[in-house]
Amino acid sequence: MNITLTIIAQALSFAILIWFTAKFVWPPLLAAIESRQKTIADGLADAERAKHDLDMAAKRSADILREAKDKAGEIVANGEKRASEIVEQAKAQAKVEGDRIVAGAKAEVEQEVFRAKEQLRTQVSAIALAGAGKILGREIDAKAHNDLLDKLAADL
Amino acid sequence: MSTEHELTASSYIEHHLSFNVKQIADGAFWSVNFDTLIVSALLGIVTFGLLWLVVRSASAGVPTKRQAFVELLVEFIDEQVKGIFHGDRKAFVAPLALTVFVWVLVMNAMDFLPIDIMAWVYHHVFGQEKFRAVPTSDINTTFALALSVWFLMIFFSIKVKGLGGWIHELFCAPFGSNPLVWPANFLFNLIEYVSKPLSHSLRLFGNMYAGEIIFLLLGMWAATGLAGTIFGALLGAGWAIFHILIVVLQAFIFMMLTIVYIAMAHESH
Repeated sequence: MNITLTIIAQALSFAILIWFTAKFVWPPLLAAIESRQKTIADGLADAERAKHDLDMAAKRSADILREAKDKAGEIVANGEKRASEIVEQAKAQAKVEGDRIVAGAKAEVEQEVFRAKEQLRTQVSAIALAGAGKILGREIDAKAHNDLLDKLAADL
Repeated sequence: MSTEHELTASSYIEHHLSFNVKQIADGAFWSVNFDTLIVSALLGIVTFGLLWLVVRSASAGVPTKRQAFVELLVEFIDEQVKGIFHGDRKAFVAPLALTVFVWVLVMNAMDFLPIDIMAWVYHHVFGQEKFRAVPTSDINTTFALALSVWFLMIFFSIKVKGLGGWIHELFCAPFGSNPLVWPANFLFNLIEYVSKPLSHSLRLFGNMYAGEIIFLLLGMWAATGLAGTIFGALLGAGWAIFHILIVVLQAFIFMMLTIVYIAMAHESH
């Protein structure tokens, strides 16, 4: 039995086996490994990017919030200013109106007083005549004493 | 193969199928197959050492190719275990499955090495006249693995159901708890307990042994002349390529049966 040939045959088949493995077994295995690596790398990169985006978004939202707060404060200040303005204006208007009412009332009162005085004047002569008539016991001729009565009314 | 005595077909096969036996004490039992022991131990140390090296430097970031390969392997096995075993698989069952699969796979893979070239290496480099490099084509290896799984099976059965529960199951499953069917139940369970390690170990052994025999026959054919050499080489290559499937498949089957047996031990009837 020739052992040398057996060894050559086995070396040959071993070589074919190695070629087969290198050609058909190894590449899919390596592809699986590499695709896994890529998946993990992509996943990690995505996570990193998402984290970055989140940071940015948080920063931006903080900015927007601060801006909104500033604006709100401004609006409130404006509102307060405007309110005090309105109050001042209202106060001034009220004062003017009040003054006007007071003045009107005063004028009316004066007019009233004047009218009352006029009325009194016209009546005082009648009263004086009635009083004098009673005192003298006789009718006083109003015409005779008209000038006297007028003088009296004018003195009132 | 540089033996002085004349070579015949039977002496060729006998030479390749003889273990490197070291006698420890008197008696047929008290010997060890040195080749099986040393190859399986070396393969275990090298393979799991490599796994350990890769795992030790594992990173949570983008894995290296080696780490990705180990991750794929672990994920694949974890997926298998998840499908069969419903319990805390990380504590024991998944690592057991990984160990069984990887170790049996590398031991089977020794079948790829060309036998006569390796025989020459064993003889001239290591000075060993007889050396069988495929531990799983030694029935001692497959039985040792299967019996270890068998003891684990019984251990988990008792651990989960208690000694009483286990004995109860021996007599009351699968036909019911009527005392009349106790003998039938017990016989049934006995057969099951005997057949499990037998089929578990013999399946692996038979496949690897048959693979080796075919390589030997092709090697014999290769020695008959030029045509034999060419066809022996081509068929040897074909068988080796087909053997890639067998090597992985048998390791996978051995692992799956291990998981199934342990998972069954956890279930009560």
